[in-house]
Amino acid sequence: MSVRRLSAQQPDSFAFSDETLEKARWWMTKYPPERKASAVIPILWLVQKQEGWVSEPAIRAIGELLGMPKIRVLEVATFYTMFQLEPVGSAALIQVCGTTPCMLRGSEALMELCRSEIGPKDKLSADGKFTWQEVECLGACANAPMAQINDYYYEDLTPDSLKAIIEAFRAGETPKAGSAIGRHSSEPAEGALTLTDPSLYDGSRAVPITSLPNAREPAV
Amino acid sequence: MPIAKVNGIEVEFEPGMTVLQVAELAGEEIPRFCYHERLSIAGNCRMCLVEVKPGPPKPQASCALPAADKQEIFTNSPMVKKAREGVMEFLLVNHPLDCPICDQGGECDLQDEAMGYGRAGSRFDENKRAVDEKFMGPLIKTTMTRCIQCTRCVRFATEVAGVSELGLLNRGEDAEISTYLEGAVTSELSGNLVDLCPVGALTSKPYAFNARPWELTKTETVDVMDGLGASIRVDARGPAVLRVLPRTNDEINEEWISDKTRHAVDGLARQRLDQPYVKIDGKLRPASWGQAFAAIAARVKATTPDRMGLIAGDLQDAESMKAAMDLFRSLGVASIDCRQDGSVLGTGPRESWLFNSTIAGIDEADAIMLIGANPRLEAPVLNARIRRRWLTGKLLTGVIGEAADLTYRYNHLGTSPEAIRQFVAHGPISKEKPMFIIGQGALNRPDSAAVLQMLGAAAKSMGVVREGWNGFNVLHTAASRVGGLDMGFVPAAGGRNTHAMLAAAEAGELDVLYLLGADEIDTSRLGKAFVIYQGTHGDAGAQAADVILPGAAYTEKPGIYVNTEGRTQIANRAVFPKGDAKEDWSIFRALSEDLGHRLPYDSLEALRRRLIQDHPTFGQVDHAPGHVSAGTFDVGAIGTAGEVADTPFRSPVTDFHLTNPIARASVTMAECARSLKAARGLLAAE
Ligand code: SF4
Ligand code: FES
Ligand code: FES
Repeated sequence: MSVRRLSAQQPDSFAFSDETLEKARWWMTKYPPERKASAVIPILWLVQKQEGWVSEPAIRAIGELLGMPKIRVLEVATFYTMFQLEPVGSAALIQVCGTTPCMLRGSEALMELCRSEIGPKDKLSADGKFTWQEVECLGACANAPMAQINDYYYEDLTPDSLKAIIEAFRAGETPKAGSAIGRHSSEPAEGALTLTDPSLYDGSRAVPITSLPNAREPAV
Repeated sequence: MPIAKVNGIEVEFEPGMTVLQVAELAGEEIPRFCYHERLSIAGNCRMCLVEVKPGPPKPQASCALPAADKQEIFTNSPMVKKAREGVMEFLLVNHPLDCPICDQGGECDLQDEAMGYGRAGSRFDENKRAVDEKFMGPLIKTTMTRCIQCTRCVRFATEVAGVSELGLLNRGEDAEISTYLEGAVTSELSGNLVDLCPVGALTSKPYAFNARPWELTKTETVDVMDGLGASIRVDARGPAVLRVLPRTNDEINEEWISDKTRHAVDGLARQRLDQPYVKIDGKLRPASWGQAFAAIAARVKATTPDRMGLIAGDLQDAESMKAAMDLFRSLGVASIDCRQDGSVLGTGPRESWLFNSTIAGIDEADAIMLIGANPRLEAPVLNARIRRRWLTGKLLTGVIGEAADLTYRYNHLGTSPEAIRQFVAHGPISKEKPMFIIGQGALNRPDSAAVLQMLGAAAKSMGVVREGWNGFNVLHTAASRVGGLDMGFVPAAGGRNTHAMLAAAEAGELDVLYLLGADEIDTSRLGKAFVIYQGTHGDAGAQAADVILPGAAYTEKPGIYVNTEGRTQIANRAVFPKGDAKEDWSIFRALSEDLGHRLPYDSLEALRRRLIQDHPTFGQVDHAPGHVSAGTFDVGAIGTAGEVADTPFRSPVTDFHLTNPIARASVTMAECARSLKAARGLLAAE
């Protein structure tokens, strides 16, 4: 990780889309009105969903929406590395995990591929379609090595499979997420060895429930 | 009260105190960087580690740990020593060893504590981190590589100054302090950030590389940049005043001062009047004191007392005003005035021109109505106190006047005197300690006598003055004003006030006008009057003068000032007057011989004795009268009934940085004013 700064290129303005604003207001209702600033992280996230990254005008707009000083929003935006302060690739933001399990299983080769296919780390590719980053453990170590691409995990990668995925994104497709070698979830590559009883999965052993924990109204 | 043991010695303490405070009660010094008694607790530097029993067997941050009954606190155990050495070593891992080129050297907490609590060597061989410099405005120079992330600056800006402009960006090793997009800090209190920074990350830009602390002569004295009379220390080297720092005074300024107090001092070296001048053939020419006095005597003797006037300015010490007043009275002149802004105060009881509840009284107030005042610009340190009280949630605030950004929220009750009317027959309010703060913006209007009458009636009706509490407060902007009013430096019967003197000069009815440091008058209205300007700077008054007599600035003479609370304070001389300039009282003493009305005092001591004899309040040094006379003060009887105009109140301070001749001569203040305008322009454009 290195010092994160706001991008030198900034748009002139930012406007919440209707959808973003509606969701933002929903988050704000979760806190007492005088503490609505608590919604800053989800709203930064929503803005990033809308724009792909968090721009300076967006930080100001969030500050205004939440009645908090813009420097406080900037503090949060620079603290959490999940907030992108530079524009990211229009087709894919590839976050390759570089932490120990993934590294032992070959993440360095994946990053080498990214470097040759896309360009330097943390930089927008020349065609503007890709950005790749090295990130810390994303919690899918059992399927190492892996990368998060946009909103999904792509697991059990090899340079070849990652290359195919990148090609697909470049062609405007969205390749199937999950394990690249086709294994289900994180079960052994040769198929499940435990929990094989079909009754576990057909619902026959489920206990009917009448209410959900923490639900406001009892579920009928 | 609970009792704890500090290094085996029992101390009683008040519930709610922290371990650090209890250890201090016991006389133990706890090293610290992030903790500051006037800021919230951050607990992030870990320098204050101590050992506490009962508790986990590890060192504890004493600044953030509440003390408990029967606790045993150790500040000198081997564990504590080792812990401090460890913290120190960590802090120094990323701190540059650049003390020789650091302005904080010699007064650096990190330096001192490294000496006191650190190890001799370092085990760190790797590269140190480096942090980009940040721009923070014309007053603060940054060397952010030195920052230890104590966040004192962030907390001060947010909590005390009330401008959330500083923040800690990024995290971990990359954490750095910055303003938003490196904008200038827009607080009037920003200079205090430099004092608070325990290392050399934030240092004073105007003072950069000027001097080492041990080269300076330090003089404890009193500030004159506003009506508060903050306690300051003037640091000088040779004849030059290099900087001003605050002294702790809980009654007035705690440990803050405004940027003007701190940074206007470069104005003391510029545009100074250092010798007398006399206008000959329309041009001011250097003259000797004798020639100047002769020129004055000739004009004075050629006219009559009713065609003469005397106006005193805002920075004058009481002694010079007393000498001037005695001289002019003895000449038979009735037109004398210390209110160059045209204020109506000065008749009636002393309470009618004081900040009666005292500045510290703000900490108890539960309702404050600001009338025609913008305390943020007129007295920033006082404004910070109001803000602090407001933050407790126990203060109701209202404003009649401009709706300015005061760093706290308030009910805007109106802009003009009409808004006061609803309170005239309001009836007692259900507050224990209500307060009016009346600014000069309400008192220097043509209709101010009537405004004052309405305010008095409202104060009476609402119960602002009651037994044990006097919430009737006047906020002065001029350091000399209360002293002037206390000694009766106002027109005698048949005399003219400032406005009338200017009108008379314009109409050719005034032959001689003596301006004692008075620069805030409209000098284009002086007509053909013979103008004598006695003062320190080539400002408005001197431009209009026929004779200039060079006086001493507040750092160059001992002097008495009475602050807005009525607190008499004695200022000390830090350096000598410039060139041929003399202490102001002695100029009048010398002039009085030439005018044939010798003043009856030959020394400052004799003058002070006389002053106290004639006006006993000057004898109560460092004492604010407060509410003692609340029972006999009839607030309903002040002012005079009359029509009020429906024009909005306007604070006399529009350019905070440029309110007096010293500040106007200061390059730093000019730079601040420019930077603030730019920041405002930016805001307006947004
Ligand atoms: S700049 Fe100074 S006051 Fe601010 S966090 Fe750094 S060391 Fe502390
Ligand atoms: S180490 Fe890569 S996902 Fe955990
Ligand atoms: S002074 Fe206690 S942690 Fe900094």
